[in-house]
Amino acid sequence: MGRITLEKVRKAFGDVEVIPPLDLTIEDGEFVVFVGPSGCGKSTLLRIIAGLEDVSSGHIEIDGTDATTLPPAKRSLAMVFQSYALYPHMTVRKNIAFPLRMAGFSKAEQDKKVEAAASVLNLTAYLDRRPGQLSGGQRQRVAIGRSIVREPAAFLFDEPLSNLDAALRVGMRLEISELHKRLATTMVYVTHDQVEAMTMADKIVVLQAGRIEQVGSPLELYKAPRNKFVAGFIGSPRMNFLEGAEASKHGAHTIGVRPEHIEVSAEAGTWKGKVGVAEHLGSDTFFHVHLDGESDPMTVRAGGEVGMSYGDTIYLTPQAERIQRFGQDGLRMT
Amino acid sequence: MARAVTTRKKAAYTALAWAVGLLIFFPILWTFLTSFKPEATAIADPPVFLFFDWTTENYGDVQERSNYARYLVNSIIIAGGSTLLGVLIAIPAAWSMAFVPGSRTKDILLWMLSTKMLPAVGVVYPIYLISRDLGLLDSRIALVFILMLINLPIIVWMLYTYFKEIPVDILEAARMDGASLKNEILYVLTPMAVPGIASTVLLNIILAWNEAFWTLNLTTVNAAPLTAFIASYSSPEGLFFAKLSAASTMAIAPILIMGWFSQKQLVRGLTFGAVK
Repeated sequence: MGRITLEKVRKAFGDVEVIPPLDLTIEDGEFVVFVGPSGCGKSTLLRIIAGLEDVSSGHIEIDGTDATTLPPAKRSLAMVFQSYALYPHMTVRKNIAFPLRMAGFSKAEQDKKVEAAASVLNLTAYLDRRPGQLSGGQRQRVAIGRSIVREPAAFLFDEPLSNLDAALRVGMRLEISELHKRLATTMVYVTHDQVEAMTMADKIVVLQAGRIEQVGSPLELYKAPRNKFVAGFIGSPRMNFLEGAEASKHGAHTIGVRPEHIEVSAEAGTWKGKVGVAEHLGSDTFFHVHLDGESDPMTVRAGGEVGMSYGDTIYLTPQAERIQRFGQDGLRMT
Repeated sequence: MARAVTTRKKAAYTALAWAVGLLIFFPILWTFLTSFKPEATAIADPPVFLFFDWTTENYGDVQERSNYARYLVNSIIIAGGSTLLGVLIAIPAAWSMAFVPGSRTKDILLWMLSTKMLPAVGVVYPIYLISRDLGLLDSRIALVFILMLINLPIIVWMLYTYFKEIPVDILEAARMDGASLKNEILYVLTPMAVPGIASTVLLNIILAWNEAFWTLNLTTVNAAPLTAFIASYSSPEGLFFAKLSAASTMAIAPILIMGWFSQKQLVRGLTFGAVK
């Protein structure tokens, strides 16, 4: 069905190489998330798969056939855009029916499929409205509806939730995950938000400057990041890094400890410091601790009820087995 | 934030705006008034403004002397036909320049506009001779083509600026949804650009309606539009200002009425997409 293979795919705009030759296989039915900081080439990569950008060299295979030079319309892929990209002059019904109309389905079939998609996405009441009369979340659902009716080989999502407010984003995240479980169709999802990546993906592809830094399941990336970049990018709040004497004790150039792998005490511990800003979330408290002799503050997760405040002395003890060690070259040492 | 404007200032601005508006409108008003004057009053010195013996005899004379309907039909065919043909050619051209620009797109746009800088009289011989050799002198087809070619740069430019405002995402979505290039332009781009296309069409109908150089040079009887109708009243027999005014009023009336009803579109067209 929807297996996508990229082989030595390279993209350059003029003299600027945005994606050096890259290999990647997306298995049928997988939920793959491309994640990375802005400008890392993740959207370009998605657009290359969609056919909206040409490759400078290399091959793309979709569903077993060479799609390198196929126009987007012929790749049987559906895409949901960050801006939703609904047709403003058409009703919701016509928006959703558009791919069917282009594929030459009969009017009756179009209606049937549109009704079905609308009921799945709770849009039945809005079918005769125009996109301008809908809220952001509803527009996003219309965009998804438009993509599912044609039963594509794979779905492509280009930062679909970044225009929604925080509460809606969490809801839509669940809806998309559920849609994936129900349809069991390949989905490729681009985001800069590592929380979205962690919660939704079967497989995460971490990109930086057009290069793939690591490919793996969310927990693989969390537990065994290949290098410092991935270690710092995956996980929230981000991993703390220490260099110098502390790192040398572990025989590494840099060591990394996640905020949730540090014990907090007011009496005794490995590292001594002063509490800076404390963020109380109710369930958790995040302390920004200024360690003696370290310039960057360290983030620590503690329970919600820990009663320490600004300027208090604090002792931190990292869980020894969870300390990640990195060499001079940034790669994780095993 | 609204700027504080005193009532006195407001009144001054309003008066100024009215004065400028009246100044621009005055020739049309004067033509309209003159068309109801007896010939003698029309050339009176000092001129009479409102208090004269109103008469409609000029309109009667004009009707009697020439066949207004035939000129009107020619004007409609020439202005409408050249605009329609121009828009059909310009939509794909503007699409490609707005959405798949090459490194030379800007140069092409400027080059197209530069053809508007050429004085029409500079090409009157070749065009006249070509029309003669093709047997197209005094034919509506020739005028439709020539006026289309003359206004094409403006049509392309206007559509180009409108298309530039349409988010590329939406066209890409259409492509992903399986639309061919033809369907993308037909079902997505064109309906979204309707306001822009409408104001382009309106402005070009007006330009073509009032175009006098080519219509006067290339027609005699059969294809003569309303511009020729007006010109026929400034004849060697002597100037009859009242009749000339009556003919002018009749010639511009249709376009004035059309413009009045489509003011909103026109204003958008004239501001050239500068304000969203």
